[in-house]
Amino acid sequence: MKRNGEPEIRVGFYVCHCGHNIANTVDCAAVARYAATLPGVALARDYKYMCSDPGQELLRQDIQEHRLNRIIVASCSPLLHEHTFREATRKGGLNPFFFHMVNIREHAAWVHTDRREATAKAQALVHAAVRRVAHHQALQTKRAPIHPAVLVVGGGIAGIHAALTLADAGKQVFLVEREPSLGGHMARFDKTFPTLDCAACILTPKMSRVGSHPHITLWTYAEVAKVEGYVGNYEVTVRHKPRYVDASRCVGCQDCIKACIYKEPKFPDTFNAGLSKRKPVYLPFPQATPQVVVIDPETCIQVKTGKCKQTCLEACVDRRAIDFTQRETLERVTVGAIIVATGFKTFDASRAPAYGYGVYPNVYTALEVERLVNASGPTGGAIVLRDGRQPERVGIIHCVGSRDEKTNRWCSRVCCMYALKLAHLIKERTGAEVFNFYIDLRTPGKGYDEFYGQLLEEGVQFIRGRVGEVTDWAFMPEEEGHLVIRVEDTLAGYVRRIPVDMVVLAVGLEPQADAQAVRRLFNMSCGGEGFFLERHPKLAPVNTFTEGVFLAGCCQGPKDIPDTVAQAGAAAAEALVLLDRGYLEQEPNTAFVLEDCSGCKSCLPLCPYRAITIAPETERAVINEALCKGCGTCVASCPSGSIGQNLFTDQELFSEIEGLLAPAAAT
Amino acid sequence: MTTFAYYPGCSLKGTGRAYEESLLPVLAALGIKLEELADWNCCGATAYMAVDEVKACVMASRNLALAEQLGHRELVTPCSACYLVLNKTKQYLGESRAVAQVVQRALGLVGLSYQGNVPVRHPLDLLVNVVGLPAIKERVRDPLTGLKVVPYYGCQLVRPYATFDDQDRPTSMDRLLGVLGATVVPYPLKTRCCGGSLTGTLPEPGLHCAYILLKEAVKRGAEVIATVCPLCQFNLDAYHHKIAAKWGPVRVPTVYFTQLMGLAFGLPARQLGLHRGLVPFAFEAGARRPEREVVPPDRPPPATPACRAGGPLAS
Amino acid sequence: MDSHAPPAPAPWTPRIVAFFCTWCTYTAADLAGVSRLKYAPNARVIRVMCSGRVDPQFVLEALAQGADGVLIGGCHPGDCHYVEGNHKLLRRFQLLQRLLTDLGLERERVRLEWISAAEGDKVRWAINDMVETLKPLGPLNLPGQQQAWDRELARRAENPEPAPDGPPPGPTAPIPSPL
Repeated sequence: MKRNGEPEIRVGFYVCHCGHNIANTVDCAAVARYAATLPGVALARDYKYMCSDPGQELLRQDIQEHRLNRIIVASCSPLLHEHTFREATRKGGLNPFFFHMVNIREHAAWVHTDRREATAKAQALVHAAVRRVAHHQALQTKRAPIHPAVLVVGGGIAGIHAALTLADAGKQVFLVEREPSLGGHMARFDKTFPTLDCAACILTPKMSRVGSHPHITLWTYAEVAKVEGYVGNYEVTVRHKPRYVDASRCVGCQDCIKACIYKEPKFPDTFNAGLSKRKPVYLPFPQATPQVVVIDPETCIQVKTGKCKQTCLEACVDRRAIDFTQRETLERVTVGAIIVATGFKTFDASRAPAYGYGVYPNVYTALEVERLVNASGPTGGAIVLRDGRQPERVGIIHCVGSRDEKTNRWCSRVCCMYALKLAHLIKERTGAEVFNFYIDLRTPGKGYDEFYGQLLEEGVQFIRGRVGEVTDWAFMPEEEGHLVIRVEDTLAGYVRRIPVDMVVLAVGLEPQADAQAVRRLFNMSCGGEGFFLERHPKLAPVNTFTEGVFLAGCCQGPKDIPDTVAQAGAAAAEALVLLDRGYLEQEPNTAFVLEDCSGCKSCLPLCPYRAITIAPETERAVINEALCKGCGTCVASCPSGSIGQNLFTDQELFSEIEGLLAPAAAT
Repeated sequence: MTTFAYYPGCSLKGTGRAYEESLLPVLAALGIKLEELADWNCCGATAYMAVDEVKACVMASRNLALAEQLGHRELVTPCSACYLVLNKTKQYLGESRAVAQVVQRALGLVGLSYQGNVPVRHPLDLLVNVVGLPAIKERVRDPLTGLKVVPYYGCQLVRPYATFDDQDRPTSMDRLLGVLGATVVPYPLKTRCCGGSLTGTLPEPGLHCAYILLKEAVKRGAEVIATVCPLCQFNLDAYHHKIAAKWGPVRVPTVYFTQLMGLAFGLPARQLGLHRGLVPFAFEAGARRPEREVVPPDRPPPATPACRAGGPLAS
Repeated sequence: MDSHAPPAPAPWTPRIVAFFCTWCTYTAADLAGVSRLKYAPNARVIRVMCSGRVDPQFVLEALAQGADGVLIGGCHPGDCHYVEGNHKLLRRFQLLQRLLTDLGLERERVRLEWISAAEGDKVRWAINDMVETLKPLGPLNLPGQQQAWDRELARRAENPEPAPDGPPPGPTAPIPSPL
């Protein structure tokens, strides 16, 4: 096969067995034999593992020995190994873009069962590739500089750890937190399992380090409003919500809180899960970082009506930190990478109505009990019911909103362990009899199962069975006045009714309510359950499908604190890789204008990046390569076919179509 | 006036007469006429289903075939057992070709056939989802203000075939009683067993079921229990002396929700069959609660009896 | 092995050319593979960076080359990696559907599905469903039809019709639309 003025096309074709992964379903030898019959194919081989070093070496040698000038590997997805084989092609002395990859694993071997059909499909895909590569051109990648700063979104333990890791490596970090303080969910916990070290004791030092770190710009009460640009050069717009307090002047003396026109706290304190009250001006919690009060616009009379005596302002007359004229402001920063660590929300227990949350006052969620147990919580750490009594019998229901067809299918991973922790703490502090109702106990982790064993020895009761309902009606006289947990004890084999004073619902973890909006903001994907999707579940667990955007913590899926911190470190490391390399190789798939452009301008409004302009001297369209992202929309839309796209030219795609539909090979 | 086919079932002609006596005028007051199937037969109840499902289906489907013949769009049946059996039969006929063949052959012998076209509805579903709560509210003349009612649905209405409400925590009747002006008492036992036919066969556990329901209703301050099912009404109404002898008195009247609707519509208590209850229930509109607002300001004054919508008993 | 040997007699099943955008639908198809979902082998995928790159000519060319249907997969509206390439495609697709109808082709032969990177199962469904939809329509066989028309034209060229004002003789029906 020869094209005018160009050297003869000599295709080297390789089909990979991928061990048994491909070879079990696709007849690799037949595919290689078929490829050998196709025009331009100088060499066709099948090989056990093409991505292995010997496989790549084979490719390199063949290029030289057989004077190959096109390479095709039929193996797994190009999203996985295209880069590997392009490199091997380059090492063989060829321009890497003379390589093309055929996906016969994910798209054929793994999804079909009939060997004959799968082989025929693989052959068609190979035929398409053979036709395609004839049109390939040598292309050069461009290098784009990477801005040496990172945006971390979310100030929970994941965001905190990632930010500190990056800042300690000397990188500029912008940490954006929606709430008025850092800390996230972890700040609300009392102890952490299984070691029972105090959450505040291990978290607050990290929080204050973030607050004082020279390389970290901390923006609390702020949200990311807009993300533009691309890896290495993200232009991020951050919206600062008005807290009506000048953070640079407030010292956290809290005199304003004492002086507030509301003499007594009146509004539900969200940090304490609504179990206590706060005033319109408040400090989220004692260790809040930054130590700056905030004024709640929903409840502050001055903000709402402008008709308050403003006693808080009087109290702060020296520092003049309170400022009711504050308005929302926008700020723009440029960063090279983004770490998304936006966390989770707990399952809304009222969605499992059988458990009576919101109906019976003594049914609590685990997060509420977490605050009850906490020494800085609403009761100062006393575990008491809403009427002040201490519970004598406590039931902890596992898997509320998890592993349930009616609500969420997934296991939330942390509930078993935090339920055990709460069981231990409740028993230790109140001496109450504690019952755990579980489906399976999942305690895989360092020291986790040992902790479970410890609880068994402490005499915490475990009843295997999904609880049917929590009610307040009495079947037997001794049940009067108690909540009754009705459950099928699947080990004993009968239905039990267990009267208790307090019910704790071990609620599962869910994606944040605005996960979809955040996903769009950063151009990420979500899995079916709504958590952000990693690029690869095993090999790229902190990457997203958008280059330069990384994931950390529970926004990617439920995980405990050790896993969250490990993942945050990994995300920071990935960001460091980008930043320290300093530049980015860009895929040369940009569009270009051909000679015969008539200057009709119909492509201009199609480009979302405004990469196309009309050159005044020629009155033809010109495409700015630096701005073009290579989507190809203008190419498909040009009425005269005068725009081409590298790697995806019309000839390449037309010849793929022809190849796919060429008469089938006999198998 | 809209007409629906009507399958009363045996209870509504016997122990549950008060149900029919109240249902017909209440529906009539809302512009709904029920046309009773001619020559209907026993639905087979749950008992026959337990003995021979196919034969039970044959028996029940005769009523469905009769309803289809009548040509009305839907069949209304107030008894929960009938409602369950007719729906179960429909389900079986749709799912199993074998059952359908036996049934069609049997129906054919008496010159009938069944195409599966008649939806079976409970009056509660009809009232809440077809008539609608606003129309019912509009018709209320003597609101039940302050009357503490426990809504009790029983087991058969919403499990497993009802699609009009939640299977464990139905709210249709709660909402209906609410627009009548009554105070609806939260009652977590609303779909728990009343004892069913056990009260006759194994009295000890059967009556204990009824006792629990009554005790919890009393504990929660209910003045009356509203039911949708003749068997529930019977079990909760008829055994008070036995229950009292065993576990102590738990006296509270149990009436049909349609009787409460009739009262709220201003229909005479006797025409609603309220005299038939063994535990007497009376609600004197306006007499007990001086603070109660008889005529909400946004509504015209009560209609005179002459212009009330006429039902068989009201006219 | 002889590639020109007649294919083994197998019942006809549709041949589908699929254009999948790399960020969502192609990734979803990879996910379907990783999840070992099983689906019909009738669709062959061409990867493009964005569904916005899918030129209507590609679709027509695929049909002309013998495809029985064309499936286009892109990101859900609002989720396009390139902001709104999928919207651009959607506009084009709607025009294309009108054109196909005018050409006498069944609309079901060209199909557009929004499939996100997480929806491996939707890839399986879309392909299986399209195969089932196309089966009753039968082969499109445009190459075969084109050959028949070519032969017809050649025959007419060799035997020009004698009376241009008379009605076309006997069995020769009017030549159907060339697509």
